[in-house]
Amino acid sequence: MIVDKSGSPLTATENIKPDTRHGVILYVEDVSVSFDGFKALNDLNLYINDGELRCLIGANGAGKTTLMDVITGKTRPDKGKVNFGQQIDLLKLDESEIAKAGIGRKFQKPTVFEALTVFENIELSLAGDKGIITSLFHKLSGEQNDRIGEILQTIGLVAEAYYPAGRLSHGQKQWLEIGMLLAAEPRVLLVDEPVAGMTGQETERTAELLTSLAGKHSVIVVEHDMAFVRSIARKVTVLHQGTVLAEGSMSEIQANPEVIKVYLGEDGGSAEKSVGAQA
Amino acid sequence: MTTSTTLATENFSMQKMFKTLSHLHVVVGTLFIATLYVTICNLFFAEGSFLHVSDYTVSLFGKYLCYALLALAVDLVWGYCGILSLGHGAFFTLGGYAMGMYLMRQIGDRGVYGNPDLPDFMVFLSWTELPWFWAGSSSIFWMIAMVFIGPGLLAYVFGSMAFRSRVSGVYLSIMTQAMTYALMLAFFRNEMGFGGNNGLTDFKEIAGFSLQEPSTKLALFIITAVALAIAYWISNYIVNSKMGRVVTATRDAESRVRFVGYKPEHYKVWIFVVSAMLAGVAGALYVPQVGIINPGEFSPLNSIEMVIWVAIGGRCTLYGAIIGAIVVSYAKTRFTAIMPEAWLFALGGLFVLVTLLLPKGIAGLLPNLFDKMSMFKSDESKELEVKDKKEATTAEVK
Amino acid sequence: MKRIFSVLLTVLLSFIISGQALANTPVLTDAENTATDPILTELVSKLPATKLKKMLPLVEQIAAIKDDRTRNVLELMLNGDLYYLKADKTVVSALKNDDSLYALKNVLTDESLSPVKKSKIRKVRTNNSLRGDIRSFIAKIDLTDKNKDVRIQAVKQLLDNPSASGLEAVQSLISQEKDKDVRELMNVTLLLNQLKTGNHAQVMAAITQLQDTLEPSVKNTMVKMLNALPETSKTAEQKELAKSLTKVINAIEDKRSFFEVVENIFFGLSLGSVLLLAAIGLAITFGVMGVINMAHGEMMMLGAYTTYVIQLAFPNLIEYSLLMAVPAAFLVSGFVGIIIERGVIRYLKGRPLETLLATFGISLILQQLVRTIFSPLNRQVQAPEWMTGSWVINPVFSLTYNRLYIIIFSLMVFFTLLLILKKSALGLHVRAVSQNRDMARALSIKSDWVDAITFGLGSGIAGVAGVVLSQLTNVGPNLGQAYIIDSFLVVVFGGVGNLWGTLVAAMSLGSINKFLEPAVGSVLANIIVLVGLVLFIQKRPKGLFPQKGRAAD
Repeated sequence: MIVDKSGSPLTATENIKPDTRHGVILYVEDVSVSFDGFKALNDLNLYINDGELRCLIGANGAGKTTLMDVITGKTRPDKGKVNFGQQIDLLKLDESEIAKAGIGRKFQKPTVFEALTVFENIELSLAGDKGIITSLFHKLSGEQNDRIGEILQTIGLVAEAYYPAGRLSHGQKQWLEIGMLLAAEPRVLLVDEPVAGMTGQETERTAELLTSLAGKHSVIVVEHDMAFVRSIARKVTVLHQGTVLAEGSMSEIQANPEVIKVYLGEDGGSAEKSVGAQA
Repeated sequence: MTTSTTLATENFSMQKMFKTLSHLHVVVGTLFIATLYVTICNLFFAEGSFLHVSDYTVSLFGKYLCYALLALAVDLVWGYCGILSLGHGAFFTLGGYAMGMYLMRQIGDRGVYGNPDLPDFMVFLSWTELPWFWAGSSSIFWMIAMVFIGPGLLAYVFGSMAFRSRVSGVYLSIMTQAMTYALMLAFFRNEMGFGGNNGLTDFKEIAGFSLQEPSTKLALFIITAVALAIAYWISNYIVNSKMGRVVTATRDAESRVRFVGYKPEHYKVWIFVVSAMLAGVAGALYVPQVGIINPGEFSPLNSIEMVIWVAIGGRCTLYGAIIGAIVVSYAKTRFTAIMPEAWLFALGGLFVLVTLLLPKGIAGLLPNLFDKMSMFKSDESKELEVKDKKEATTAEVK
Repeated sequence: MKRIFSVLLTVLLSFIISGQALANTPVLTDAENTATDPILTELVSKLPATKLKKMLPLVEQIAAIKDDRTRNVLELMLNGDLYYLKADKTVVSALKNDDSLYALKNVLTDESLSPVKKSKIRKVRTNNSLRGDIRSFIAKIDLTDKNKDVRIQAVKQLLDNPSASGLEAVQSLISQEKDKDVRELMNVTLLLNQLKTGNHAQVMAAITQLQDTLEPSVKNTMVKMLNALPETSKTAEQKELAKSLTKVINAIEDKRSFFEVVENIFFGLSLGSVLLLAAIGLAITFGVMGVINMAHGEMMMLGAYTTYVIQLAFPNLIEYSLLMAVPAAFLVSGFVGIIIERGVIRYLKGRPLETLLATFGISLILQQLVRTIFSPLNRQVQAPEWMTGSWVINPVFSLTYNRLYIIIFSLMVFFTLLLILKKSALGLHVRAVSQNRDMARALSIKSDWVDAITFGLGSGIAGVAGVVLSQLTNVGPNLGQAYIIDSFLVVVFGGVGNLWGTLVAAMSLGSINKFLEPAVGSVLANIIVLVGLVLFIQKRPKGLFPQKGRAAD
């Protein structure tokens, strides 16, 4: 009854490998989503290259979170296509299958497993078999142990390794969530407002981390903090009313008359300032 | 860098092992001592002696242990997986009916109507042959298989449908309640072929031993204690395995578990099935010790009473569930003997008070019995507290 | 809110007062009939001495007298309860009482005499043929009764047990009959007679004219006639007869089955409206506020017991007891609901499973409380006169008044509630708080107060549902339990937070149940509906009419 395309729930399943021969890892084509008549996404097109770091900006209600929901399988679009590499149709997979295929997501509000320790949080996120039997008889291998240690080091939570995650501060939870993403070794990372609630120093480190991840992983960052976006972004996509308004480097975006119009009305002025004010 | 973390990990897993071992030791040890005590006092002290434990008391304790096993099953899904099942009575009763059917067939021609094949109630309804689902019921192996298959299958079908469509929380609770209610209505009907209103009773013997014999009663009690110990070991293993951690994570943040790549619905279904089977075993052991099984056991009130055992004992601690079941059942026995009207007041009051004032139950009152052995205060019961007082603790750490 | 209550109270009071006034009036109207008619007295006094042979003319004479007592005398005679005292030949009615004495009553003056032994009295003589005649005399009296219902009953009596004299009477009265219904029925009676006794042409004419009649005896007669025809070698006439009989019988059958469906729908709606009443309070506490109140059923139970208490307190006002009970039950249950909300539920905000357990505990306490105060046995709640009886639409289809009123009442409650939630300030606040508590607070809405009132409203409506239930089922401590699971399922089935969904869900579940019932029996129908619901909810966890969008998550 529960058996589905990813195989029996009890046994190991192979990770699906995306085909990225054309250099594009994520295709989002003509996607529309509406809630009770309100169009959250409207014929949206977006292509993410393999290894790219892309920033998504846009006012509240522009459709950023909905887009993430569509990619990760939380929301089904009314129409459109979402492909992972060339051959994998993400719309046919559910959330866990998408995650297993290699798309990781960090939520806007940090969600970690509060009752588990930091160590266990990362342990659960490690790439590998997620079947029940394997979980039941799972023993942590030395390799995995080392890997967890490495990640703990990266996110700076070695000292808190055996604290229940619920006790961490907001910023630490953000880091833990990023650590969990790293542990899963995804091809694509979707990161929703990673620096909210972080100190200046932490923000800097996050920027460093995200930039270093690009190349090996494709990273999509949604952020309101314009300074942060400028510090990491190579390419920025502006969403407005569910469609892509502009795409390009930060300076191109700031000079784009469409963007200025949307953000400031006809009067013009410093787009950057007002976009920054959205944060 | 790697050395420090590895060290910490080893230290951690040793702590954890020590901690879990001691849980297991204390509970199984207590169970063993209690069983031994009851056995000795029942066998070697004459009636009238201060230390004598009567046969009635042995069966009563046996009943409590069945309840404890049932509470364990409820705690497994509620405490660890966050599934508040108000239908565990259904699994318990189905297990009980599997045993009851076997015991009915053991009566043979000693029934009132003397029919060697058909139980009395079927003769009374002037049925001429056994319904198909009674086939094989005279075999003890069939019975043992059905004790697992009956509740397990129901849990599997119900769970896989419910969890796949992501029914959770209160909705699920109400649906489980509707499930047991529907079963109760169904089993009350004579046409179902399970004895209707009166259920199955007048048992004579089990596996060739007379149920009236004190030695059989004692044996059943000991078997129940062993079953409880095994179930505790299994539950403890599951809870402390990676599967247990996935399940706990599912309880707290199901969608996150999904985004990490697990299929929480599968985990939920299987933990639900295991729990249902444990409940079925409890029911099967319960029936020969009380001598009857009837559709009244399906009553939604029974199922909700089980939940209150766990709530009172302390959810999310396996030993708490056992303590809760025994304490409340004992109180019920005493209360109903002294002033029966007051029992429902007391039970209702307990529901309210425990949820309002004692969210961690009795286990929360125990002076961190097992925690003392652990350097880190990460006992499961603490985790709940952490969840509740998230805000406060976050501030504290800062 | 206060204003509503005061208006309700005023209405209630005026009802009570006018009720007492009404209760006083009827005494006067009976007075004129107590005068004795000298002819009747004379004729009746002849009864003891008359021989059986000469009885018929005497009885005929008595029957001819227009007097209210005539019918009584004839009826007593028919049933063999008419006696006379051996001592003074007073004609009396006699009923054997518990001490095997006979309680006597003068048939003319209606005064009770002291009970006597069997040996002191003797029965007024009758025999079978006389009884037949008496029956038709009574029918004739009834046929000319002022009351239309009595006339209809009399014709029906004749329809089922026709007698020559009765038919004669109908024949003679039909032209004078003013009421259309009675005339129609009389016509059917005559046609039926024609069907049985007429020649071929008349029979054929009768069949055509009777094809729209739903009276069971018409169909029975036709079926009998059809069966009486020889299987083979029919004459041409018989063939024709068989053909038209079959046709008409089928037509009648079709009509009957149509009305059966209509009746099922009516029963379904009536069950549905009970479900609606039970669920609608829950639709507020659970659907709008998100609070799981397992004591909801006990709120209904309290409402039912309130009705019981009101009937105990005002035994003379049974007719108005329900009108009084509705606001009273609303207040009682609403008040208890507010106490529960203030005392328990508000401390468990955001912890639905704990709320479920705590309120379940409260339900146990309330049940036991009622058991302790009123006894564990079921209590009898009387139905007022206006709730009994039924509205006869045609011979196979009638609507009982209590079900009819309940449907209307439940819809009234539903729309009142809808109005309160959609149009009143309270409704606005309730919706505001349920959607965003913090924001509502920031707008200076007293969210605590709104919670308490909303919960009180939901519980109060449950109490009102209890008043209705008291008219349908036994009032006992377990009354609420039977409905709690159903109500939850109705709310979930309809889509949580959607009142219209609750309405549709309740009505459709009620109808499904009633359509299944004739086929599989009520218990199995109940089980099938339950299982079906559980399956449905697993397929569509958000019910029939889910709320969409981001807010739904």
